Amino acid sequence: MVAHLLTPQGLDGFAARWAPRLLWTAGLMIAAGLYGGLVLAPVDEEQGEAYRIIYVHVPAAWLSLYGYMAMAAAGAVALIWRIRVAEVLLGAAAPVGAAFTALALATGAIWGKPMWGTWWVWDARLTSELILLFLYIGVMALRSAAEDPRAGARAAAILALAGVVNVPIIHFSVEWWNTLHQGPTVTRLAAPAIHPAMLVPLLLMAAAFMVYHAGAVLLRVRCLLAVEPAAALAEERA
Amino acid sequence: MSVEASAGSAFAALVRRDLLLAWRRRGDRLVPLAFFVMVAALFPLGIGPERAVLSGIAPGVVWAGAVLATLLGMDALFRSDLEDGTLEQLLLSPLPAPVLVLAKVLAHWLATGLPLVLAGPVLGAALHLPAAAQPALVGGLLLGTPALSLVGAVGAALTVGLRRGGMLLPVLLLPLYVPVLAFGAGAVAAAASGLSAAGHLYALGAVLALAVTLAPVGAAAGLRVSVA
Repeated sequence: MVAHLLTPQGLDGFAARWAPRLLWTAGLMIAAGLYGGLVLAPVDEEQGEAYRIIYVHVPAAWLSLYGYMAMAAAGAVALIWRIRVAEVLLGAAAPVGAAFTALALATGAIWGKPMWGTWWVWDARLTSELILLFLYIGVMALRSAAEDPRAGARAAAILALAGVVNVPIIHFSVEWWNTLHQGPTVTRLAAPAIHPAMLVPLLLMAAAFMVYHAGAVLLRVRCLLAVEPAAALAEERA
Repeated sequence: MSVEASAGSAFAALVRRDLLLAWRRRGDRLVPLAFFVMVAALFPLGIGPERAVLSGIAPGVVWAGAVLATLLGMDALFRSDLEDGTLEQLLLSPLPAPVLVLAKVLAHWLATGLPLVLAGPVLGAALHLPAAAQPALVGGLLLGTPALSLVGAVGAALTVGLRRGGMLLPVLLLPLYVPVLAFGAGAVAAAASGLSAAGHLYALGAVLALAVTLAPVGAAAGLRVSVA
């Protein structure tokens, strides 16, 4: 079963079955999570209704890192075992993760305007999220620049792994830079613990986004495999 | 002849060859230095000659200029060797590829990075950087520019096989250069405001140690992808 999934045809068949199921499930979970977050959850005492954007913003920010790790893990597998399916997975995961990163940045800006009175601050978290988006863009650009898609994917895998080494250093350096140079640091969700009526929809949304991530990646896998079916078959025979 | 001895002599021979090539085409190697000086000269022209403003932005300007100048020189690291076939021969040799990468980066840094380190305090003085901050600037550049060259080697290795790899290089490398820029400019700014720059310099040293360890391996893997 697992060995079958490691062939392009096997993964394509698996993705054909599972991508719609996952995406429909994610849609239902997002509907339930948004109802719980936007309607059922109580109003925040300090932030009023505006806090409700966390039900999109926080899961998107989590998924931006999760997506990078998933992409880099596929890259590591592609480099170590030279499995074509992992190269395709890396290529499929990059735009999905980048989309979550862009969503986290956009919702953060929309949230920041009423809360902090500004769309953007050079806060450590915001800055490292922005650099994470740049890392995604680099991986996508490098992958598509190569004429041979397999060489492009392997090059992108090396870059993704270099990014994994760098993400903690970037976060640390930016945090230090920020605390040295800027006065007020905004700490969100600093209030004690989050109430269960708020937490449950948040976790449901995070789970929904993870299911969506899997579904969207599988859908993109099918597209990528369809673009180069001949190369896939030749690879299988070789 | 033992493998270690041959790797060592190959390392020395490669450094000597690349330095000789750099010396024969010294005009090319001075382009990043000229770029560095020009970038630093653009800021007073754009912002105005007020002493207080310039000394405030001097750490960031000098460091951002050093990062951009390093970036400009990075594409040349492997390209001519790829074009005349030397790179293929180097990779086919039984010597470990990371050692060869390290030799090329060392020669490249001596030819293009070291001039930036030497020009840094001159540009700092031109931008009215306090004299007390100059040691932190030089020390930071000495630790930081080799790290920039090493990380840049990974990007250069990944893009050398692409027709327009030079255009892609900034997109790949600038995010990875953020820590060096933050620590380097932070060291100068700390020293300029009378604080100790030691913490930032230690962090730069740690980044350099990590880059020396990992970047040659990554660049060698990248070359194998690009040249294959």
